[in-house]
Formats: sequence, C-alpha cells, structure tokens
Amino acid sequence: MKRLLSILLCFVSLSVFANEPAGEGAKAEGFNPGEMILHHIGDSHEWHWLATDNGNFTTYLPIIAYRPGKGLSVFSSKHISNGESEGPAKEYDGLKLDHEKLVSTDGSKVYDFSITKNIAALIGSAVLMLVIFTAVASGYRKNHGRAPKGIQSFFEPIIVFIRDEVAKKNIGPKYERYMPYLLTVFFFIWFNNLLGLTPGAANLSGNIAVTMVLAVLTLIITLASSNKYYWAHIFATPGVPKPLLPIMIIVEVIGIFTKPFSLMIRLFANITAGHIVVLSFISLVFIFKSWAVAPVTLAFGLFINVLELLVALLQAFIFTLLTSMYIGGAVEEHHDADLQIGYNEDGTAPHAAH
Amino acid sequence: MPAFLSPELGLIFWQLVIFLLVLFLLAKFAWKPILLALKEREDSIEGALRMADQAKLEMQQLKAGNEKLLTDARLERDRMMQEATQMANQHREAEKARATAEANTIIQQAREAIQQEKNAALAEVKNTAAKLSLDIAERILRRELADPAAQTQLVDSYLKDVKLN
Repeated sequence: MKRLLSILLCFVSLSVFANEPAGEGAKAEGFNPGEMILHHIGDSHEWHWLATDNGNFTTYLPIIAYRPGKGLSVFSSKHISNGESEGPAKEYDGLKLDHEKLVSTDGSKVYDFSITKNIAALIGSAVLMLVIFTAVASGYRKNHGRAPKGIQSFFEPIIVFIRDEVAKKNIGPKYERYMPYLLTVFFFIWFNNLLGLTPGAANLSGNIAVTMVLAVLTLIITLASSNKYYWAHIFATPGVPKPLLPIMIIVEVIGIFTKPFSLMIRLFANITAGHIVVLSFISLVFIFKSWAVAPVTLAFGLFINVLELLVALLQAFIFTLLTSMYIGGAVEEHHDADLQIGYNEDGTAPHAAH
Repeated sequence: MPAFLSPELGLIFWQLVIFLLVLFLLAKFAWKPILLALKEREDSIEGALRMADQAKLEMQQLKAGNEKLLTDARLERDRMMQEATQMANQHREAEKARATAEANTIIQQAREAIQQEKNAALAEVKNTAAKLSLDIAERILRRELADPAAQTQLVDSYLKDVKLN
C-alpha cells in the first residue's frame, strides 16, 4: 500500500503537494482507508447502497440466528444495526453486532444464518442465472435444429468452448457427466465476479467462504469419480524407489488437498485484490481531499476496473479449467503412460510395476 | 486472522444450499436441453455434410460414367461407319467384277454369233455367186451359137436381171 501510494504521489502535480499537507491531514479527519476497504470487501448485515448529505440509503436484511437452548430467532437487522453512526452497539433479543459479527450479549454461542449482503447477492445472482439460462434453453426449443438467436447466440460459443476446449480436452470421453457442474461453476464465478464489480454490490466471489465451498465441491467430485489408477498413482507412485514411497505417499496425499486449496485461495485473492486496488485509488480522493487527484484516480481506477473485467472472465475460466484437469486426472484410465516407453514384441504393453 | 480471511458458517451454509440448488435446476432445465440440442444440431450438420460429400462423389461417378458411355458410343459409331464403308466398298467391287464378267461373256457370245453369221453369209454369197456364174455361163453357152449380137444383148439383159436381184 505505502509503496503504491508513493508511486502514485509521483504522478500528482507538485501544486497538490504545495496546497495539501498530504496523508497526515486526512488521517486527522478520521478517514481510514484501510478500514473503509476492509468494510467494503467484507460482509455485512445490511445493504448500504449509498450515502448522501441527507442520509443513508440502506436495505436492512433479515437476521436469522440459532442459539442452542434458545432456538431460532428471526428479525430485521434494523433493530441492531448502527448504520454509519458510531456509538454503543444496539441490542435486540439478546443479540448485537460486533464489527458485523453477530454475538450474543451474554457471551453464549450464536450460529449466524442471517441473509447477509453476500447471501442476498448470492440469491440475486442465482435467480439471474436461472432466468438467463432457462431463456437460453428455451431458445434451443424454439429454434430446434436451426441457427441460434439473441441471447442464445451469445452464450452458445461460451458453452461450446467450455465443452470442447475445457471438458473434452482435459477429462476425455467421460466429460459429459461433469458438464453441468463445470458450466454452473464457470457461469457462477463469472457472473458474480462481474456483479461484484458493480458499485454498491457485494464482493461475493471474493469471499473465502464462497470459494471454499466451490473448491470443496471440486474436491468431492474429484474423489467421487476417482478410479484405481488415481489411487495407485498416489499410494504407489510409478517410478519411485520403494524406500522413498512413505515420503511420496505423504506428499501425494497432501497434494489431494492442496489442489482445491489453491483453487480457493486463487479465486478469493484475485477478486479481493482487485477490489482493494480499485478502492485504494478511490480513497486517494479522500486522502488528498483535492480534485487535482481526480484525473489520476479516474485513469487508474478505470484501468484497474477494465482489467478486473478481464480478470473476472479469466478467473472463472481458470477455476473451471483446473477443476476439469483435476477430474481428468482422477478418471484417466492409463495413469502410467510415462512407463509405457517400450512395447513387448507381441505388441502388448509391458506390465508396469504398480 | 483478519475477518475477511475466516470463512463464515452462515455464508458457507447458504452458498452450499443455493449453489447446489442452482446446479440442480440449471442441470435439469438448462444444461441438459442445451447440450442435447447442441449435440443434435452438430450431428445433423455433420450428417448433412457427409451426405453432400457422398452426393458429390456420386455425381462425379455419374459424370465419369456418362463420359465413358459417350466415348463408347462414339467409338461404336466410328466402328459401325467404318464397317459400313468397308462393306459398301466390298459390295461395289463385287458388283463391278460381276458386271464386268457378264459383259465379257456377252461380248464373247456376240462375237461368236457374229463370226457364225459372217461365216454363214460368206458361204451363202459363195454359193449364190457360184450358182449365178453357173446360170450365166449356161445361158451364154446356150445363145452363142445363134447370133453374136443377140448374145451380147442377152448378156446385158441377164446382167440387168442380176442387178435387179
């Protein structure tokens, strides 16, 4: 952050330095860019659209809390939300918000199933996906056997690309079973990445819980479709001397989990980092309190935003590609292809040691 | 650990439920019909292309067949024409030879007939001349003894008679 800011300062005209005492002045006013950014990329119990001089435009979302012993309590977050104002946290039904975390006033355990901003965005994107893709599907019913039309012709090349370039190439002949998951995951990530870039929207695909669920689903599908060659490769890696096998088994077993873990971190980090960079450029205006930085903010903000549009698609593609590669590794029939260098004289493959 | 690095239970729960619901609904109502329709269309396009190729091949074969037929017909015609010409020539030659032979025969026969007629006529002339000579000689001899003037008159009259004959 500091390096980034110092680089940016080089682009700001000297007159800005002369007029404004830079960073320190902003801090005195109480603007904390770090806090603001973390607040924006995090989840919250109300949907704060925008703030004007006359007030805040906020949608209060339902709180659903489960406490062992006390049971389920459902109410609007209006009762416990402080909004933008500071002060002691409001309490309702023995619950209060501590930095957007729902806690009970008596310190007992609370399971928070609230429809938070992220979950509201999740429902919204789910509905959007259902509407769009049932419309695409109805296009196929209407133009049966003919060229695609309208929204159908926009999504068809993408679907065909996922099928031919991602699924068929990496999974092989058994790709058809995995197509629904791959397509859903691709469009879910892409849609939510794009929705996350709209002002006022939630940072859903940059949330580690969301990417964790997707990565775990990939792990479950990989393990559920694995065959004996996959496990043979893990517990008796071909070409490894016997004394080394114990180490290799540990490494390979860890590898099962690092693959989905990398999926989780990659998507989360990419999307969250993009949001942080965009928000940092926007924060510059508030830090310097000068219109002079607006061109810099605008130029860099726009650049990063356009870059993020690319990243949105790229990350969806990478997640889908890697998922199909992991599935492909689990369903592959001849996992010992690297050992089949020579063939016996009668044309049969030599018996690989496994 | 910062808040944004720790996954929230509520979000995990809802994400799992909603994502699986979306996956199920899309798989049933969107992906299945879309992928099926895409496959059907690709199959039909491939089938149409294959059929077009086949038709093209058939057309080529047909064209080649036609050309062969045409060449064959042309060859046949040439052969027939040649044969006909040859036959006509032969016929004409034969006819000519036959006609020549016949003409020769006729000429030969005519010649022979003329020869015969000539011989016959010569023989008759000879006979008539001999007879006449004999007649004249006889009459002369008969009259000579009477009157020489009358003899000459008689020869003249006889000669007149011969002329009239």
